Amino acid sequence: MKPPLFDYVTPESVEEAVAARAAEEDSVLLAGGQSLLATLNFRIANPALLIDISRIPALKGIDTGADEITVRAMVRQREVELSAAVHQANPLLRDVLQKVAHTVVRNRGTLAGSIAHADAAAELPAMLLTTEGVVDVQGPSGTRTIAAGDLFKFHLTTSLAGGEMITAVRIPNLAPATGWSFKEFARRRGDYALAGICSLVTLDDAGRCTKARLSACGIASTAVRLERAEEELAGGILDENTIARAAKAARDGVTAADDSQASTAYRRHLVDTLTQRTLAAARDRAQERQAA
Amino acid sequence: MTRSVRKILPKESSDPKREISLSVNGEAVTRKVSTRLLLADFLRHELGLTGTHVGCEHGVCGCCTVTIDGATARSCLTLAVQAYGAEIRTIEGVAPAADVLHPVQQAFHECHALQCGFCTPGFIMSVVSYFEENENPDLGEDAIRDALSGNLCRCTGYQNIVKAVRRAHELMNSER
Repeated sequence: MKPPLFDYVTPESVEEAVAARAAEEDSVLLAGGQSLLATLNFRIANPALLIDISRIPALKGIDTGADEITVRAMVRQREVELSAAVHQANPLLRDVLQKVAHTVVRNRGTLAGSIAHADAAAELPAMLLTTEGVVDVQGPSGTRTIAAGDLFKFHLTTSLAGGEMITAVRIPNLAPATGWSFKEFARRRGDYALAGICSLVTLDDAGRCTKARLSACGIASTAVRLERAEEELAGGILDENTIARAAKAARDGVTAADDSQASTAYRRHLVDTLTQRTLAAARDRAQERQAA
Repeated sequence: MTRSVRKILPKESSDPKREISLSVNGEAVTRKVSTRLLLADFLRHELGLTGTHVGCEHGVCGCCTVTIDGATARSCLTLAVQAYGAEIRTIEGVAPAADVLHPVQQAFHECHALQCGFCTPGFIMSVVSYFEENENPDLGEDAIRDALSGNLCRCTGYQNIVKAVRRAHELMNSER
């Protein structure tokens, strides 16, 4: 279908955007529009005002520093995916982004926009949880930083207050002796996954796991950390048995009811298998990085 | 209850509007458009460029693929007002001359990579862009299918479309 009627403004600063948002409660921010335009076309959303933030210079650009990657709100997913500096700082991002829809969608869609949209099946919120990233937000009462773990409240719902907007997403660089992996299962390439698992594991010199971070998408009402699986891995040698135990624990992350796409039992099976595969891949990469 | 019937119809719709200037296939265009007008509908109905097709209108089928500032985009998931100041290329801007096909179009023709042709403009835009972005394109089955994954074809089947991508590469190399 076609979008409903709306007013449209193009602020040139974050302050102007925040003011426009404060002045019209029934407003939506438009960045890349790859989720918003579909909901407008379907008339699922019917806002009075669209605030197009693409003309705000302060929201462009990526910074890579000694500790973290800063992706400002208008940076397209494809730009992050292709950035050599980002890949150098944290190779997990490219792996995840290559699974986000198709090139043509990533050319327009923004990383911050996908996180603000907070679809429970989307890959990027799971990436943010796994890397323990944060978002910088600005609102009428100033700026604050929200940790990934406090951000996702429900499908399409974040802890951002009404007048706030994300200005940047910050993702820690990959720690030393750490391996990464993201794998998902989707019916067709580029579709939302029935389940996806994002894993990071850090090993010590003896090959023991000093830190593990696992998150999943597509299996609950938000992207979720798989803390019980992480506990199974802590301090252990990541052999087949340890990985199998963690994968079994990861199954409990599935809270999505049976739906038209898959049953709960099938999602639990997928989570088990994907957890095993991502942990083995992350472990091997951590070992390679140790050897290098 | 009486109902007032307007005797004089409005000269233009009461939609919120905005003036936009952009470049389409190298030509400068300025129009006043409804803020809710999709780029796909702007191209088709305001400019008469009906080669950009509208299939699903929610970003799944890829028939409406154009390039915005050199990168492929869904024109059904883009508002015309968002394209302010941008350079748009549509399927009409792909062939080098009126009676000459682009190598990708020629390859689709030779390989029978279309039947009904509805999805073809979108496929051509994606494939042209794939070659423009990759100086040494990966012509393996996986890479080609990944490059095509944003476009759906419901009648030809993908075998011949994959063949056409490889044939297009041959044609472009023989031109050099």
